[in-house]
Amino acid sequence: MDPSFLAVQALSGLSSASSLFITACGLTIVFGVTRIVNFAHGSLYMIGAYTAATLVPRLLEFSFGPTSFWAGILLSALIVGIIGVIIEVLLLRRIYGAPELFQLLATFGVVLVVQDLVIQIFGPEDILGPRAPGLRAPVEILGRRFPSYELVLIAAGPVVLGLVWLLLRRTRFGVLVRAATQDRDMVASLGVNQAMLFTGTLFLGAFLAGLGGALQIPRVSAHAGMDLSIIAEAFVVTVVGGMGSVPGAFLAALVIGQLQAFGILIFPKSTLVVVFLLMAVVLAIRPYGFFGRAEIVGGTHAIGIASHKPLPGRTYILLVVIAALAAFPLVADAYLLKVATEILIFALFAFSLQLLIGVGGLVSFGHAAFFGLGAYGAALAVKWYGASMETALPLGLALAALGAMLIGAFVVRLSGIYLAMMTLAAAQILYAVAFQWVDVTGGDNGIVGVWPSQWASGPVPYYALTAALTLVTVLLLRRIIDAPFGYALRAARDSEARAEAIGLRIRRHRWLAFMISGAAAGLAGGLYAFSRGSVDPSLLGISTSVDALTMLLLGGIQTVTGPLIGAGVLHFLRDQIMPLTSYWRLVLGLSIIAMVLLFPRGLVGTIRHWQEQRA
Amino acid sequence: MKRDVLLDVRHLNAFYGRAQVLFDLSIHLYPGEVVALLGRNGAGKTTTLKAIMGLISATATHATFKGHTLGKLPTYKIARLGLGYVPEDRRIFTDLTVDENLETGRREAVAGRAPWTPERLFRLFPNLAEMRGRRGNQMSGGEQQMLAIARTLMGNPDAILLDEPSEGIAPVIVQMMADAIRAMKAEGVAVLLSEQNWAFAAGIGDRACVIERGEIRFQGSMAELVADEGLRTETLGV
Repeated sequence: MDPSFLAVQALSGLSSASSLFITACGLTIVFGVTRIVNFAHGSLYMIGAYTAATLVPRLLEFSFGPTSFWAGILLSALIVGIIGVIIEVLLLRRIYGAPELFQLLATFGVVLVVQDLVIQIFGPEDILGPRAPGLRAPVEILGRRFPSYELVLIAAGPVVLGLVWLLLRRTRFGVLVRAATQDRDMVASLGVNQAMLFTGTLFLGAFLAGLGGALQIPRVSAHAGMDLSIIAEAFVVTVVGGMGSVPGAFLAALVIGQLQAFGILIFPKSTLVVVFLLMAVVLAIRPYGFFGRAEIVGGTHAIGIASHKPLPGRTYILLVVIAALAAFPLVADAYLLKVATEILIFALFAFSLQLLIGVGGLVSFGHAAFFGLGAYGAALAVKWYGASMETALPLGLALAALGAMLIGAFVVRLSGIYLAMMTLAAAQILYAVAFQWVDVTGGDNGIVGVWPSQWASGPVPYYALTAALTLVTVLLLRRIIDAPFGYALRAARDSEARAEAIGLRIRRHRWLAFMISGAAAGLAGGLYAFSRGSVDPSLLGISTSVDALTMLLLGGIQTVTGPLIGAGVLHFLRDQIMPLTSYWRLVLGLSIIAMVLLFPRGLVGTIRHWQEQRA
Repeated sequence: MKRDVLLDVRHLNAFYGRAQVLFDLSIHLYPGEVVALLGRNGAGKTTTLKAIMGLISATATHATFKGHTLGKLPTYKIARLGLGYVPEDRRIFTDLTVDENLETGRREAVAGRAPWTPERLFRLFPNLAEMRGRRGNQMSGGEQQMLAIARTLMGNPDAILLDEPSEGIAPVIVQMMADAIRAMKAEGVAVLLSEQNWAFAAGIGDRACVIERGEIRFQGSMAELVADEGLRTETLGV
């Protein structure tokens, strides 16, 4: 192979590593001190890019030259730093003690809010930033042209590493930050105001995110959607490097940058697959990444369903529910039936997630993987083998179960935040595959023409089919939750060490839980594919995973029926509100934040709590 | 001359969940004195210190330090009033060097008093002087204990809550701890010392306070407790 080509590939790998490191470094510092995985970090990166792409051209009009350009970049990063402070004071400060699931959801709420606000403020168009004055001409490297701006980026990573290192090693702030990373209570006992320390840390983290974003403007245009793509990569970097470790993030970014640069030669379309393989291998050998430590990972915060006295007259309630489901087509029109069908599907999807989160304490942030696998499995069977619905649905379910088996094999070794990150990464990879493997999956357009068999087509029969399958599966899962297997999962959720000490094989139980839960989610996905007649990559996306989590949160994570109610309420509200406003994400994001802050028990949980208080 | 009381806590009650662990406990500390808080394992010594420090929620009818009401003050503000705390498990920052650990505790001294500096502290704990660049996780238990005390002294406190400094430490170092506490006392620092090591506590305590199952059983001078063998045997087993 041509050595000049290899050199240029290696250099471009270094420059993307630098960019990635600057952003991921902020994420890992914030996590180290606050123990919060800040989903909104990608949003801060996006704000940095938009701000710089808007601000720098104005400064250049004012006075053209490198000074204006770099001042604009730094100013954008400063603005983002201040936004980070605002987020800390308004939100993060209130959830430092909350379970990690709530922290993840609340910061994802910020992501949704920012997505709508960015479009509102900067407009829906992509904004291409100016090129850096003085760095427009490419340089020649071994006879090949290479953008000189990329060389600056290559230098920027080590410079930031050096400055952060000096800040953490040579200043009082840095010493206190490192001390707080290890023992927050002790730092307070020494008279240090943690609130100020945390706010300072958030400023630093947000500044770095903003800088990472601002530095991108000569390379890529600022666009909506860059928040989620960078956050997935930044998560991989921090997880592989070890959460909270700055040198780890640097090393991981270097490795990943090179893998992406040369991965193109192996998988021309999906370098993410290579990155994922790296993450899987690293975590299999070192479950806490290059330089991470076990004690930093939370996992003590698991919340989930609690035991309650069985409801009196449960059988009657069940009969009433069945009767109501059966009688619904008599009163509903085709549109309502379609809504009800989707609600049932999402109820099944959310309920399958409850087995992992509520029962197993396994905070999966990538449950869409199994939903999407079920949908794609069914759709691919129809498209490529002309399978009927009766064959395609079980095939989709099997594909989801198989996916859960593979993903589960890796993630059951992990716990807490690492598990959440790993499941998220897995779902993102599948998303990338569905998006990029156009020949097979149809790419962004997805697969169309996925219709149910003759006997099940039409709103009423398909509703009946969905209702029957959902009911049976939910009852089956319900039975599993109350079986010794469910108790074993709950025991492991509440205390891993004690559960292991009484002889439970935790990993095996959790692996099985992943497969059962994945299979149920796959069935929901398959049903969804046939109800829509099509599938597309968004079924595998983060927002689908977050939908399920929001349903859980809304209904009540500590209750068994919560996810079912939550699915119904959320889907109904979405159906009613979304057509009325272009700010659905803003509304949803604010609602998620409000629920975490004010209403963490959820609907069913609150009613239950209220009943128990009265009793 | 009647001195002003430094730390004054009355009717302290604390709970872990629904279980009450401290019952109407009252304790006070005058400037420059060493009070030994004695009691068996689980009697509530550590809980008392944590409750005073605001690290666990507790209620008291009256709680002041240097005349400031402690009430619901956050821990860092209590510490800033000049009340130092050395926890029983020492809680050294293991990733930080000796010098950096000292830096975390640094606070300006009140005017008119010679501030503690690393150099002065190294004279008090000569072992630490030889390992200024060493990280906390490469130190022995005794060295960590010295560092924990030195770190708190860096805040120039008027009083220190010292939780079991002799626990798990070689006898020669225990002797050094006793010397250090006497030196602190000579500097005017009051010490509320939670201890299980009777000989150690009897050697340095001016007053003693015995608690049993979260209640005060005895409060008086150390000499009185030394004389009362019956009470000692009953409550402390010594």
